[in-house]
Amino acid sequence: MDKVYSDARSALAGLVKDGMTIMAGGFGLCGIPETLIEAIRDSGAKDLTFISNNAGVDGIGLGRLLETQQIRKMISSYVGENKLFAQQYLSGELELEFNPQGTLAERIRAGGAGIPAFYTKTGVGTLIAEGKEVREFNGEKYVMETGLFADISIVHAWKGDTEGNLVYRKTARNFNPMMATASRLTIAEVEHLVPAGEIDPDCIHTPGIFVKRIVHVPNPVKHIEQRTTRKRAEAAAPAGAGEEV
Amino acid sequence: MAWTREQMAARAAKELRDGYYVNLGIGIPTLVSNFIPKGMRVQLQSENGMLGMGPFPFEGEEDADLINAGKQTITELPTTSYFSSADSFAMIRGGHIDLSILGAMQVAENGDLANWMIPGKMVKGMGGAMDLVAGVKRVVVVMEHVAKAKDGSVEPKLLKSCTLPLTGAGVVDMVITDLGVFTIDKKGGSGMTLIELAEGVTVDEIKQKTEAEFKVALNGGRSNAA
Repeated sequence: MDKVYSDARSALAGLVKDGMTIMAGGFGLCGIPETLIEAIRDSGAKDLTFISNNAGVDGIGLGRLLETQQIRKMISSYVGENKLFAQQYLSGELELEFNPQGTLAERIRAGGAGIPAFYTKTGVGTLIAEGKEVREFNGEKYVMETGLFADISIVHAWKGDTEGNLVYRKTARNFNPMMATASRLTIAEVEHLVPAGEIDPDCIHTPGIFVKRIVHVPNPVKHIEQRTTRKRAEAAAPAGAGEEV
Repeated sequence: MAWTREQMAARAAKELRDGYYVNLGIGIPTLVSNFIPKGMRVQLQSENGMLGMGPFPFEGEEDADLINAGKQTITELPTTSYFSSADSFAMIRGGHIDLSILGAMQVAENGDLANWMIPGKMVKGMGGAMDLVAGVKRVVVVMEHVAKAKDGSVEPKLLKSCTLPLTGAGVVDMVITDLGVFTIDKKGGSGMTLIELAEGVTVDEIKQKTEAEFKVALNGGRSNAA
């Protein structure tokens, strides 16, 4: 069976239905499957639930699907960069479930690995733990979180082969590998598409079993949210983690 | 004289040790990377999936695939590794990161931390903050001693108990403000202790600006942060 589709629209043809749950990879605008997001916009499907760390920015990434009001619910850890999001949320059009970022990542990993639930110390004693089982292990409290599994996952990789094996580039990896495992059908867009056998099997991040459809998107436009640089003369201090608080 | 942002960052840098893996939050915590002592090996972790974070790139060398958790463009080092968000939080939740330095809206004398939401305002989300404070071995908060509102009024941030929704319960080990340094016995439950004063700051001034109860144990008197 050929996994390669000629473009994003044909890769999604007949797949996207109203009310579906879709995972979309990326952190901020880094490593987002933008071409596939546009194809979902063009599909016209509505009342979608998106599981994605962020919600894009106005006019980019999932921001495009907010413009067309195709998203009913977001499961995310941080949505601060999107004015339209705030508007739709405050007016009640958009439902929002916040997950701590590590809990979100692990819920997706667990869902893809056939693990229905797990315990974590993240969020114990906070709003996040309300209504959830709390259990003690070795004298410490942990809250139970459930695995996530979606109808469709859309991911962005740097390189892929015709078998669906994927390689990500730098911090554009982020949520993409777990999301590729955690749906009934995963579609990958890749910047470079090569024949099977060309990628060193030792260097494959996502084995092709997790990827059902693949689209070649050469030279995608990539966006930078916070362009920060230094002058040539400056001392080379590390830039800091810039944790989202 | 209260400490400047740079002096607070320099004081926080004294908590670094050779060989540490460290996660720095945005704002003043980011500045800590400017004060890593020469010859000390410290690897900075960025929770979006990178260990061994380098400096900001030179103009024209920005790479959209290479950002930190604040979505800023950065660079890699010879020590750098990349990994998924699941692996990143395995490092964090699994206790493999030695130190997390982050900002706060409120800290309570029992180590409770609030820094992610103000009820009634649009909430952006907690990002990785809840995982960091729950999982990292040692948590150091760097923040202004009081919150100054637009109308000029001043609210204490070191409290008997947090009034804002918590990011973590009993998680903070140390608080560095512009006025001094406090330790918190988050496990033992013996509360908060003032251990250092910024230059020219008195214990009385701190008592005035602090709601939390604290003991005073100034090691060697005043400290010179910068």
